[in-house]
Amino acid sequence: MVSATSELLPLADGCLILSHRLSEWMSNAPTMEEDIALGNIALDLLGQARGLLQVIGDETGVTEDELAYFREPQEFRNPLICELPNGDFAFTMARQLFVDIWLAHVWSELAATASDEQVRGVAEKAIKENAYHRRHSSSWVVRLGDGTDESRRRMETATEALWPYRGEIADDRWYDAVDAALTEATLTMPPRDAWTQRSSLDGWHTEHLGYLLAEMQSLARAHPGATW
Amino acid sequence: MYSQALDQRDESPRGVDDAARLARFDERVAAEDKIEPNDWMPAAYRKTLIRQISQHAHSEIIGMQPEGNWLTRAPSLRRKAVLLAKVQDEAGHGLYLYAAAETLGITREELVDQLLTGKAKYSSIFNYPTLTWADMGAIGWLVDGAAIMNQVPICRCSYGPYARAMVRICKEESFHQRQGFEIMLTLSRGTDEQKAMAQDALDRWWWPSLMMFGPHDASSVHGEQSMTWKIKRFSNDELRQKFVDATVPQADFLGLRVPDDELRYDAGSGHYVFGEPDWDEFAAVLRGEGPCNEQRMAHRRRAHDDGAWVREAAEAHAAKHKAAVA
Repeated sequence: MVSATSELLPLADGCLILSHRLSEWMSNAPTMEEDIALGNIALDLLGQARGLLQVIGDETGVTEDELAYFREPQEFRNPLICELPNGDFAFTMARQLFVDIWLAHVWSELAATASDEQVRGVAEKAIKENAYHRRHSSSWVVRLGDGTDESRRRMETATEALWPYRGEIADDRWYDAVDAALTEATLTMPPRDAWTQRSSLDGWHTEHLGYLLAEMQSLARAHPGATW
Repeated sequence: MYSQALDQRDESPRGVDDAARLARFDERVAAEDKIEPNDWMPAAYRKTLIRQISQHAHSEIIGMQPEGNWLTRAPSLRRKAVLLAKVQDEAGHGLYLYAAAETLGITREELVDQLLTGKAKYSSIFNYPTLTWADMGAIGWLVDGAAIMNQVPICRCSYGPYARAMVRICKEESFHQRQGFEIMLTLSRGTDEQKAMAQDALDRWWWPSLMMFGPHDASSVHGEQSMTWKIKRFSNDELRQKFVDATVPQADFLGLRVPDDELRYDAGSGHYVFGEPDWDEFAAVLRGEGPCNEQRMAHRRRAHDDGAWVREAAEAHAAKHKAAVA
């Protein structure tokens, strides 16, 4: 089996796994516009993941596909929040906002500090894409939080369910940005010091990742060595 | 993708419409003038266009399902990205076509309602299942290939908004067709299992693709009207022949066998001679007795129902915001 270590893995895997989750929305979204929007975001995240996996692959002598399709679940380093099942549209949008805010910070740091030119290139492109993603997810969080009683209840439920999974992506800036977005949505941010799940950095995951990968990797693994 | 049901009869356009306006309309159409939304048009012309454009739109939206079925199992990241883009294009085509239909004085909500209640049809090709990855290749190559044959002439349709929508859609369909062929090419040059997968997909998609052109001209319920109106430019059989002539050499290039024992090249006419599709199967799928009719409609209804609270919330928020601004 393929294995790799890189500081870029949490970011690369996070984008890959979240893209996969978003792709599950295709033909299932609440409006046609959202089918298109979620597909767009999934495509952007996949492109970002591939950009980084290619760099990581070059360092370790494997391809992006070997990294995606032939690593075991415990080799993945994505933040756990990315692998959670989509839930309802409120859950997907709240998760997206949380991750988008994290990614905004990570990409801008990477664009400023990465020594690898290719990585800086991926980051610079991602910054532009992320700005659009963040506008999209925050506007939905506001609409749903400040929409009907049902949408508000669903958004509150989603925020609470997601809150323990913020550990890997939250810092002071993140809390401030999330607080501002939830306030605009007339929602209250749960406490900063509430408990968090442990991180994936030592190979810890939810049970969901195994199923996600079983599906994603099934065809590639059934034909090892084949070209597609 | 494509809606096949171009073949239903409207009531006669001659009747209540003012004779002089009708004569002027006929002249304009005959002169290849484009009819625009605010122009006078016969009620039956409007009705035919609404039905045809919306069926096309419905087909795009339902068509997301069979390909969406492989998004989470695409065997490489490049294929995954291309497939995502393709399914997303289909949503875009659907949206674009509903907008074109709306220029004829009907709302998207009404049209979607017609789809969900089963009043409106979509292309029966999407009632077939996608069983292996090779189906992503076969759909692009054959189904989108057949769609292009049907749709390129619509770029010259007499109704301006439909013609213009089709120009853009055909460009994207042409890309889809090439990517489908490229999947088939890669598989047919791959391992024995991959080659068998490609052949199996061709075996399953060949006949349904030929059926996409509709029944024989002789048994088509379609009158001359759509031809006269320049909504339709070629007959079903003409288009089917063009498709077979273009596609068989491609199958040869792939080293795959077209599943038709009667298929042969006729040097005299310069065309391929081919066998009869199973028209009973075609009729059954149209009646709702295809492998996936119920599944596709249940999926669409579920997605629509699941999204109701989201659409309501968006409207409620917009109303609050509007009230606050005012």
